[in-house]
Amino acid sequence: MNPLMSKPSKSSLGIEAHEVCVDYNGTVALYDASLQLKAGSICGLVGMNGAGKSTFFKALMGFVRPSRGSIRINGSTVHKAQKDQAVAYVPQNEGIDCSFPVSVWDVVMMGRYGSMNFLRVPRESDRKAVWHALERVDLLDLRNRPIGALSGGQRKRAFLARAIAQRASILLLDEPFSGVDVRTEKLMSQLFIQFRKEGRTILISTHDLSHVRDFCDLVVLINKTVLAYGETSEIFTDENLSKTFGGMPPNVLSGPTPSIEEFLE
Amino acid sequence: MNEMFGSLTPFTWLVEPLSHEFMRRALMVSALVGGVCGLLSCYMTLKGWALMGDAVSHAVMPGVVVAYALGLPFSIGAFVFGVGSVALIGFVKQKSRIKEDTVIGLVFTGFFALGLVLVSKIKSNIDLMHILFGSPLGISSSDVQQTLIISGIVITTLLLFRRDLMLYCFDATHARSIGINTGVLHYLLLSVLSLAAVAGLQTVGIILVVAMLITPGATAYLLTDRFDRMTYLAIFSSAISSIVGVYISYWSDIETGGSIVLVQTGIFLLAFLFAPRYGIFKTQGTNHF
Repeated sequence: MNPLMSKPSKSSLGIEAHEVCVDYNGTVALYDASLQLKAGSICGLVGMNGAGKSTFFKALMGFVRPSRGSIRINGSTVHKAQKDQAVAYVPQNEGIDCSFPVSVWDVVMMGRYGSMNFLRVPRESDRKAVWHALERVDLLDLRNRPIGALSGGQRKRAFLARAIAQRASILLLDEPFSGVDVRTEKLMSQLFIQFRKEGRTILISTHDLSHVRDFCDLVVLINKTVLAYGETSEIFTDENLSKTFGGMPPNVLSGPTPSIEEFLE
Repeated sequence: MNEMFGSLTPFTWLVEPLSHEFMRRALMVSALVGGVCGLLSCYMTLKGWALMGDAVSHAVMPGVVVAYALGLPFSIGAFVFGVGSVALIGFVKQKSRIKEDTVIGLVFTGFFALGLVLVSKIKSNIDLMHILFGSPLGISSSDVQQTLIISGIVITTLLLFRRDLMLYCFDATHARSIGINTGVLHYLLLSVLSLAAVAGLQTVGIILVVAMLITPGATAYLLTDRFDRMTYLAIFSSAISSIVGVYISYWSDIETGGSIVLVQTGIFLLAFLFAPRYGIFKTQGTNHF
């Protein structure tokens, strides 16, 4: 039993996807995607823009229902995982309204909303959880700052703290390395290692290959389906990467530019 | 101005109008409606729903007319048409290639035109000018009652869901991922918007009601970095604007709705110029140290 998380994983698998298909009004976003991630792993989700990374995240969060196949999180349904506050999403910096009038403390407290009563009145335990989460990401001193007054790295840490305060066992991170300073990067890598020890499953969506090599034990290559997954050292072959990025050499494609194939599609 | 103060002392300027029943009523209703719309305006500005506010407030017009004609409370008609217009906007946007702001403009002008046509066709005692421009000085006691009920519903809803709605405006993805039903919150906010539009219609009229739904929020947004403080400031500035607007309207014999909104705009301009942190002539840095 891990006191830091809402529900200990019943099975040792954090995320299980079995032949998952997702389509939006007939357009296939993902087909036959299967993978199994054991709890306590740091996994990179690598693919081009439009390869289905965000669709896969949405399916894990229960925003889209697979038209076929099944997903289990910590051995139970996505719906149950949602109820248990098991899945936390850490957004890209671009996805946040930085001028919204909330403090760092307020943002991290939002991680507790799902466990609070209907009126969302924080209890002592909620304040403690927020305090500890801020401590872990080294933002305690800045807790009263408005979110807009933070640097990109600090903001990223604030949203990581929200996931910690939520006591999520599955963390979905969207491009966590973009616009982040060296200090935050260091802190994130230490945190990820702690998370792994605590049995959390971390899934990092990115097209930044160098960071995947440095940070992730496992990697999932995705292009409308799961092309390959496993140990980073085994999976990161030129052949696999060129499949993932549609035949282009991977060094060209580490940035966010879509490939010509994707463009012509 | 001479006419406004003349031989008056500020004391009589404030107290004399209170001797009239209609003025006491107008001040009470305007301040209440101002406060309610002020609170809602925080969510409208933060969610980026100014255009949606404009659309819904215009789209309630045929609902008000039909409700009057059928002898129903006008709030029910307004509610149906307000929410209906939004559903229609969503439907047209989904089923066509037209961009959202175009669809919004299209739907609300269509509804508004329908309202104008209905007013001229349905024989009733509705005064078009009252709907378009509001008439807090001539508000009937049944309308006061309805406005009180509407305001009560809007305030209660916003207070009960204020944290959830704030989270929904700030980060809908997170809200959804922890199991909060954002679809319900979306329609809840729209329903409250329709109701507030009807309440605002009483004081400033359909054409200007959108000002009540965005200006106080925009003013407060320039003054603070805290959500709770923003709501207090918006409610306060909006209620004060309504009261001052009604007084000025009484003493200078000018149109009340215009007067209220002009006071609001004036307060916004002050904030725009002199807000400590975000004004043009700011006195504090924005680095928060």
